[in-house]
Amino acid sequence: MSESKKNISLVKLFFTMMTISAFTFGGGFVIIGMMRKKFCEELHWVTDDEVLDMTAIAQSAPGALAVNSAIIFGYRMAGLKGALISVLGTVIPPIVIISIICMIYDAFASNVIVQTALQVMRAGVAAIICDVVIDLAKNVIDSKNTLNIILMVAAFIASWFFKVSAITIILIFIALGLAMSLVNRTKEENA
Amino acid sequence: MILLIELFLVYFQIGLFAFGGGYAAMPLIQNLVVEGKGWLTMAEYADLTTIAEMTPGPIIINSATFVGQKMAGLPGALICTLGAVTPSLIIVLTLAYFYTKYRNLGVVKNVLGELRPAVVAMIAGAGLTILLMAFFGTSVLSEIPSASIRWIEVFLFVGSLILIRKYKAGPIMIIFGTAVVGTLLYLVFCL
Repeated sequence: MSESKKNISLVKLFFTMMTISAFTFGGGFVIIGMMRKKFCEELHWVTDDEVLDMTAIAQSAPGALAVNSAIIFGYRMAGLKGALISVLGTVIPPIVIISIICMIYDAFASNVIVQTALQVMRAGVAAIICDVVIDLAKNVIDSKNTLNIILMVAAFIASWFFKVSAITIILIFIALGLAMSLVNRTKEENA
Repeated sequence: MILLIELFLVYFQIGLFAFGGGYAAMPLIQNLVVEGKGWLTMAEYADLTTIAEMTPGPIIINSATFVGQKMAGLPGALICTLGAVTPSLIIVLTLAYFYTKYRNLGVVKNVLGELRPAVVAMIAGAGLTILLMAFFGTSVLSEIPSASIRWIEVFLFVGSLILIRKYKAGPIMIIFGTAVVGTLLYLVFCL
């Protein structure tokens, strides 16, 4: 696989994962958005399609999505070593932050400035994710594949409005993909 | 020593059975840690929920550190975190291996191709949730008409989006920037 032999620095991988983990509020999919921004847009270590594939895989395994995606991104970019380094970078910030907060919880939770900062940061996180979604959705729309556009909208409605769980959506889409493969094959055989 | 092994095993279970990440993990944590082992009181569990929401990092890892710290100090925190990520490491590394090996296979390509629009939709959903949280303080649609709009956050969001898309501002800078500028604006206008 010569295309994946890029100059990937383990040190850079470690510190990038650590910064992403330390500053990302709002759960797993937000982390994915940040990882796409760094590893795909800035560093070109993975492609857009790979980001989406790996997200689906990370989401179908149990455990924290941020940890799972750190493992699979790390593995894809730099093998087993990459996976371990990347997961280490992901868990160090929460361990440090929570350990400190355990000691100063009362002062922390009642501090107006801390609370305000945490509240307004969401606007920045929302802007980052919005930017990532614009790029990703544009890819799907530019592909001119009507079925995929409909599927994207349907998945959005199912997950956001009807709160269908991510796992259920992924399983349905896997079944759909398998069915489409079968249909395509039968078509080819008949042709 | 026995306590450390117990801590490891409980968090191993949480990591193994939390399909769907953080929100699936909370009931498991309540069940195993609060009701099963009695390691946390209900009041401490409520504190944990607040801390997990206010800090970055996956809920599973945050809770592992919190419980581990309380029961056995730093070694406890490390052991619980290790327990929580071990199932992920085993399962995701296996999946990552197969992904790298078979991603160019016809059927796999088809299935992954169908999954991509769904993943875009789920990232978009996470983005919309955090956007509504930022603007209205709630992401529940029925509560939004009665919530007042937070103009400082709207301003921060629009400003950040322009900085990202026009001037390629990095994500960490955006999060830091919104925290500082937003807190100052609140101090000037609202306090």
